[in-house]
Amino acid sequence: MNAIEVRELVKDYGSFRAVKGISFDVREGEVFGLIGPNGAGKTTTLRIIATLLRISSGSVQVFGNDLRREPHEVRKILSYLPEDAGAYKNLTGREYLQFIADFFASGRAADEIVKKGIEIASLSDRIDDKVDTYSKGMTRRLLVSRALMTEPKLTILDELTSGLDVINAQEIRKTVKSISEKGTTVLLSSHNMLEVELMCDRIALINDGRIVELGTPTELKGKHNASNIEEVFTKVVMA
Amino acid sequence: MSSLTNIVKKEFKEMLTKSTIIPVILMAVMFGYLGSMMGDVEEEVSTPPVIGLVDLDDGVISDIAFEVLNASSDMAYNGTDVDAGLEEVKKAGGVALIVLPANLSSDILNGSRGYIDVYWMMEGAGMLDAISSASVDSLLGSMSYGISAYLVNESNETDPAVVLFPVERSDTTIFQDEVMEDVSPDFLITMLSAQSFTVPFIIMMIIIMAGGMVISSMGLEKENKTLETLLTLPVSRGSIVSGKLVASALVGLVMAGIYMVGFNYYMTSIETSAEIDLAKYGLDLGPVDFILVGVSVFVSLLAALSMCMVLGTYAKNYKSAQTLTMPITLLAIIPMFITMFKDFGTLPLALQAVLFVIPFSHPMMAMRELMFGNYALVLGGIVYVTAFAIVMIAITVWIFKTDRLLTGSMKGKGLAGLLMKKR
Repeated sequence: MNAIEVRELVKDYGSFRAVKGISFDVREGEVFGLIGPNGAGKTTTLRIIATLLRISSGSVQVFGNDLRREPHEVRKILSYLPEDAGAYKNLTGREYLQFIADFFASGRAADEIVKKGIEIASLSDRIDDKVDTYSKGMTRRLLVSRALMTEPKLTILDELTSGLDVINAQEIRKTVKSISEKGTTVLLSSHNMLEVELMCDRIALINDGRIVELGTPTELKGKHNASNIEEVFTKVVMA
Repeated sequence: MSSLTNIVKKEFKEMLTKSTIIPVILMAVMFGYLGSMMGDVEEEVSTPPVIGLVDLDDGVISDIAFEVLNASSDMAYNGTDVDAGLEEVKKAGGVALIVLPANLSSDILNGSRGYIDVYWMMEGAGMLDAISSASVDSLLGSMSYGISAYLVNESNETDPAVVLFPVERSDTTIFQDEVMEDVSPDFLITMLSAQSFTVPFIIMMIIIMAGGMVISSMGLEKENKTLETLLTLPVSRGSIVSGKLVASALVGLVMAGIYMVGFNYYMTSIETSAEIDLAKYGLDLGPVDFILVGVSVFVSLLAALSMCMVLGTYAKNYKSAQTLTMPITLLAIIPMFITMFKDFGTLPLALQAVLFVIPFSHPMMAMRELMFGNYALVLGGIVYVTAFAIVMIAITVWIFKTDRLLTGSMKGKGLAGLLMKKR
């Protein structure tokens, strides 16, 4: 079963067409990367799949649920981490995780989710400090843990390691990989081509609202006679 | 272009936006209205008051009284029948009926103080409703002065205290068909000042503060980038909207409670210094009235908060949220001023319509209107405000289901540009 099925997806903002009829599938359990230059339509596509924006035309199915008709069902099985997301500054890290966990479970089950979140965040004692006092990297780790702690069937990560240093970024990638190995489907977007190449099973390259390439990193590198994905990206976009 | 000009130009562009100009224009319009209202009051003061005179004395003192009163008033009745006088004055929209008793001249000329009766016709209990009675008050002062002058000219051996203050009066106020003996309009308005001033002020504060919190909350969600996460959680849009409304309403009610403590002290001080029992004249509130006031406050708060939620969807950040509270502030201040100065019943029809349409007017008026037994207005207001709140909540939930929250608008060139940047 495909985790996501996107068919002829179009998104218009007034007279401006941001996404121009894209189609792709994301298989269950895979890490799928959506890459492209600024303004290509990546975030719009992710926001649509995350139930934040309405579809202008076309269709999206998430684990068999139609996005238009059953957005609430989709929200039960996904987690979305926006690129510049924030957390409630007056809550402590633990309180924030508890706030989110309470939407997915109650009682002991919610406590277990929080425990897992604290483990992923690795903020030690700072988890009980207010989010307002966190550095950008700490906030991002908290948010990544928020997105992964519920072990969603699908997680959508926009610029996963944005704002993180090399060590933290590596830790977070490992966490995402391990979550994926346990069955969570990951749809991610990144400008870091190394990250995409390291993490993704398959990649779609989107440019000017259209998918211009789709395949495994090896397939794409071979097709474009490139040594890495960054080279593929440059060749395709500049073509 | 010089650097200075360049900076000035940039500052102008940042400062002179629609959201900064519109509130100023609205404020100017409001002050314009207040100015015209003050102009009306001035006109009311300069126009001779309509009065009636019942002369049962027919002596030299009552002749002086008639001369003075007739010179500075529009006399709707001059006769000897109190009931007929009251009827005529009421018909003419007059302010007072002055009754000069049979023994007025003899009492004063014999060195005693004379006693007159004044029947006041009171239309409303707002602060400006006392203006016309104030001009009759001054007329009675002139009458007393005229009698004093006569007594001085006559050089008789009258007690100087009587010469200085030859007339004492007994006030009876007829208000809402209720006859209140020994009560003057001024005194009644002072007694009702809690309803005239304090209640509208507290309601205004609650609406502005609780409304500001809702709009700020929306602004903060956007500024802190928490809204997107919230909208992807397995919780219905209705629950998000309700949660924000309920929390703000509760905080608003806590604020109201704090204000009410101060209000209670104020009321206690008024009650201890009061010399009349308003309940005797039916000007008190029963348990059902208090429930109606509570319901009116609650639905208005709900209407205000849901309206703020709609406005909050336009907030880009905390700063822009502060600007968006302006319309709510104005809609709370306008009825506060109007209800403070005038009763609903004494307003021109157009202004009555404006006051009725503004949902926040109703709790400001409820207490006083219930005291006067105007249940239809209060109940009608509750029904209207409830319908208003339901429509606003429906609009808010609908907006939460659209792209507006994240894109700021439904369509348009500006949006496309904004999104191109975001993507």
